[in-house]
Amino acid sequence: MIAIVKRPEPSKFWTIATPIFAVILTMILGGLLFAAMGKDPVAAIRTIFWDPLFNEQFAAYSRPQLLVKAGPLILIAIGLSIGFKAGIWNIGAEGQYIMGAITGASVGLALYPLEAWWIFPAMVIAGALGGFLWAMIPAILKTRFNTNEILVSLMLVYVAEQILASAALGFLRNPEGNGFPGSRNLSQIPWLSNPELIPGTGAHWGVVAALGAVVAAYVLLNKHMLGFQIRLTGESPRAARFAGVKDKLLVMFCLGTAGALAGLAGLFEVTGPAGQISIDFGAGYGFTAIIVAFLGRLNPIGILLAGLLLALTFIGGELAQFMLGLPSAAIQVFQGMLLMILLAMDLVVNYRIILVNREAA
Amino acid sequence: MTKLLKVVGLTREYPGVRANDDVSFSIGTGEVHALLGENGAGKSTLVKMIYGLEKPDAGFMKLRGGSYAPPNPQAARAAGVAMVFQHFSLFEALNVAENVALGMENPPKMRELAASIREVSENYGLPLDPDRIVGDLSAGERQRVEIIRCLLQDPKLLIMDEPTSVLTPQEVEILFKTLRKLQSEGTSILYISHKLEEIRALCDGATILRLGKVVGICDPKTTTAREMAEMMVGQTLHVPTREGGEAGEVLLDVQGLNFVPSNPFGTRLKDVSLRLRAGEVLGIGGVAGNGQDELLSVLSGEAKTGRGSVIFDGQDVSHMGPNARRRIGLLAAPEERLGHAAAPNMSLTENTALTATIRKKLSKNNFLNWKKTETFASEIIKDFDVRTPGPGSAARSLSGGNLQKFVIGREVLQAPKVFVVNQPTWGVDASAAAAIRQALLDLAAKGAGVIVISQDLDELMEISDHFAALNEGTLTAPRVAKGLTVDEIGLMMGGAHDMEVAG
Amino acid sequence: MDFGSINPVVLLASLMVASTPILLAALGEMVTEKSGVLNLGVEGMMIFGAVCGFIAAIETQSPTMGFVAAAAGGAALSMLFGLLTQIFLTTQVPAGLALTLLGTGLASLLGQNYQGMSPPRMPDMNIPVLENIPVIGPVIFQHDAIVYLSLIMVVVIWAFLKFTRAGLILRAVGENHTAAHALGYKVKAVRFAAIGFGGAMAGLGGAYISLVRVPQWTDGITAGIGWIALAIVVFASWRAGRVLIGAYLFGGITVLQLNLQAAGAKVPVELLSMSPFLATILVLVVISARRHGATSAPAMLGRIFHTS
Repeated sequence: MIAIVKRPEPSKFWTIATPIFAVILTMILGGLLFAAMGKDPVAAIRTIFWDPLFNEQFAAYSRPQLLVKAGPLILIAIGLSIGFKAGIWNIGAEGQYIMGAITGASVGLALYPLEAWWIFPAMVIAGALGGFLWAMIPAILKTRFNTNEILVSLMLVYVAEQILASAALGFLRNPEGNGFPGSRNLSQIPWLSNPELIPGTGAHWGVVAALGAVVAAYVLLNKHMLGFQIRLTGESPRAARFAGVKDKLLVMFCLGTAGALAGLAGLFEVTGPAGQISIDFGAGYGFTAIIVAFLGRLNPIGILLAGLLLALTFIGGELAQFMLGLPSAAIQVFQGMLLMILLAMDLVVNYRIILVNREAA
Repeated sequence: MTKLLKVVGLTREYPGVRANDDVSFSIGTGEVHALLGENGAGKSTLVKMIYGLEKPDAGFMKLRGGSYAPPNPQAARAAGVAMVFQHFSLFEALNVAENVALGMENPPKMRELAASIREVSENYGLPLDPDRIVGDLSAGERQRVEIIRCLLQDPKLLIMDEPTSVLTPQEVEILFKTLRKLQSEGTSILYISHKLEEIRALCDGATILRLGKVVGICDPKTTTAREMAEMMVGQTLHVPTREGGEAGEVLLDVQGLNFVPSNPFGTRLKDVSLRLRAGEVLGIGGVAGNGQDELLSVLSGEAKTGRGSVIFDGQDVSHMGPNARRRIGLLAAPEERLGHAAAPNMSLTENTALTATIRKKLSKNNFLNWKKTETFASEIIKDFDVRTPGPGSAARSLSGGNLQKFVIGREVLQAPKVFVVNQPTWGVDASAAAAIRQALLDLAAKGAGVIVISQDLDELMEISDHFAALNEGTLTAPRVAKGLTVDEIGLMMGGAHDMEVAG
Repeated sequence: MDFGSINPVVLLASLMVASTPILLAALGEMVTEKSGVLNLGVEGMMIFGAVCGFIAAIETQSPTMGFVAAAAGGAALSMLFGLLTQIFLTTQVPAGLALTLLGTGLASLLGQNYQGMSPPRMPDMNIPVLENIPVIGPVIFQHDAIVYLSLIMVVVIWAFLKFTRAGLILRAVGENHTAAHALGYKVKAVRFAAIGFGGAMAGLGGAYISLVRVPQWTDGITAGIGWIALAIVVFASWRAGRVLIGAYLFGGITVLQLNLQAAGAKVPVELLSMSPFLATILVLVVISARRHGATSAPAMLGRIFHTS
């Protein structure tokens, strides 16, 4: 007979070990899934996790992709994790990401063909602001009317997608694009572009911002009063009120930060790797970042590693699609499984599982 | 008297604790039997086994001579065992009849059930409207729901877990009349309490538990309360001492305070006025749910009230938040330790930062100085004898008493001018309770004003200079505590509300 | 523009068709939430049900088998959520999100070979006599069996919660799981059942989209309807009758905006397409601004239950 007993304190060992075990278990189950689809499981796992980094043929192309994909994931996940820590469930980062890209690109394109060094910084600010304001909608509705932020932030993703369509087909459409949907290619306009900073690494300004966000979040959560209040609110909202935390401001801060970071990610993406505003600009980073945040245990360093890992599954997934004909949906399932297994394994962090030699409890 | 229930050698082990160790006792038909013991003595584990919520690791029970091993509460109820819980097993959003139906095996149709609820409740002097939503009932009325739920099943054994902790003295009298009537009809009652005078007034026999073991069986009618107390605690008790100090200038002045809580099941505070002087301990009694939490929150600053309603040290603080009040010396400790006064999963060091950053200057430019915080946490642990491996331990790993000492110590060591505390010794063992009361008295002796909100009248009488009572959100005028009689206190607490005496 | 091309009778009839998936999913989620469990995975269960139903209907050429498979698929997926939240004691919000992510992925994986196929048609089941009433007949009484089923379920669920003992126990578990446990009720078993029911209903709703409403299989076919269903449960203050009103309100907005798009209204298409979501937000705000809206939620909603 198995009994589950709450630990007096969360286990430090399992906090670190469970993400690793979850990845291994997901590889095994994922392998079984791939085998069920008639693919060689070992080859599939190797193609996803090994080849993008070390295969002589592909690594040169895919290694830089790692940072390109990890940058936005980490940037968004850091913002989400701050809210999740406080028990504020912003699941609409995808919308904030899209809005950041649109506002940032709009500023750049409105100034086109002006050439000045300050245009790109102005776009960065506009992108952050766009994401911030979009996230302020659920924040204000929550603080003012107590409206559920989960549903509102999610609904706003669908709204943002429509605005994106409208931008790509209408107000940001490239006037010289022969009627094709999509904006001008920002990455090819020097003053509007977010170039690769060190050739061959994939590192662009978004990657720099992501690293900066990791450091800032680490300091915030571990050293600063505000970070302490965020953690306290997540642990126990009533104790937080007793400690004098201004809960409404905190909601605004958490959602606003997440929105601004997602907006930045969108701006860096549209001016760099994506290049232009197009209907399919929203690539799901905002949702995958939720997995990244949990896999990283809402810890900035953990998120850095988790972001790299999830980026790897994206690149490896593309490679597996190309090499083995593995459908792209399989990678989505793989990521969903990873999150579920990780959540299930949380049990051993907070509880001890013990064998009791008695019939029933 | 023939034996109704025999418990023989029951043992129940949880990981790390043996909650019951070879416990044996018996209850006769029509006997009111007391189960005595401190928190953690194993009373509730024992009762859970009798009621089928837990199974013993060893030992057995016999009911009316037959073997009795209920696999679940349904089986216990079918065998004629009913239970009134201390923390009511009621459903606030459901009505009285639905709540009653949930406690029955084969409830009749709702209409018939409502009729029998009316009938039984009139019969036993506990009037109750079956259509009312339980969330709107007072604590006393809720208890009636539980009792009637049991009575409708015509139990042979009624288990009552700390039934009087939610009642005024007058309501206790009514409950006792009901219980005596049941007893005269041949129902046995297992009565759990740590209130010794009550047990002496009501019970025919008593079994005393300490640390999971039976340490004594006695006839409460012939045993003194002190003897029973010492069996319970296993040591002679230290009674707090205080030097009668001179009352100083007014520190806290609350006038005509009104407050509507945001929680719909909360209690409105109506026209509350009180005055607290330096060096004074003001005890505030009352049955739970009469505005205690709300009063603490308007004093701590978690809730803000109309201008001029709370004056501290000559300054209007009614619009200030908790930290602004802490800065000028008005500190508080709420009732709920885990989840209000402390965050369960955070370390004691982090929980120190929860209230102490301002007065102990634990942060600079909003960056926390964790080293300094840890030093202060260690100081609290040392000065208040908090039993824990160290300041890095999570709050939830501490026992209730130790965490309470930590919470009280955290505020007391910040040298408050006024300290407001709700239920300072609730669920705390006797020696820790004595230490906490002493700390509160010492604080007052040093010139601070102390408000103690408590449901333990003995505690309030022991340490208060003045006594007031909360009753449905209004506060009576404070009276000098010395010389107040139980009847007077009971009337201040609202008498018997609208209960009737059993016929 | 030409409003004349919008026929009110057809509009109202298609309103019922558009509302049915939302209604089914929201009713199921309401029952789940009444037991104290917040399953944010409705969207995932719906789309998984949609693909299961679609495949089964194609393979058996029976729409009925399709709906059976959809309900089974939705329930099976919901059991993963049950396992996570009831056995592994996971927080319900991320567990629900995970379920949606997994369900979406699985659906798109399973459905990739079925894109572009046409499922067997679900026959209409006209109600004799009543179908001939002018206007009301074609609007209400000329639909397929699932539309009627969804309406019957409103009454069944209402009566189940209000009058039956099982319904009382379900509500009790959602109001106070500790007390329910103390009285000897099996909290986890009740919740598993409620989660499974919610999953089956979401699956049915999903299949109604892929088999009747569209009828085709494409990735992301549920397009946020599961999330709207979640919002409708809040809007309805956890009452079956109001779920019906909410679902038909949103079905109405969806149908109206589609018709306006088709009629070439001088409103941007994107604005029309986002209108159901904007309306949902608006309704959520109105409901939550009224204070008792929040308090009618089951008291244990989203809380973890663990004994000892």
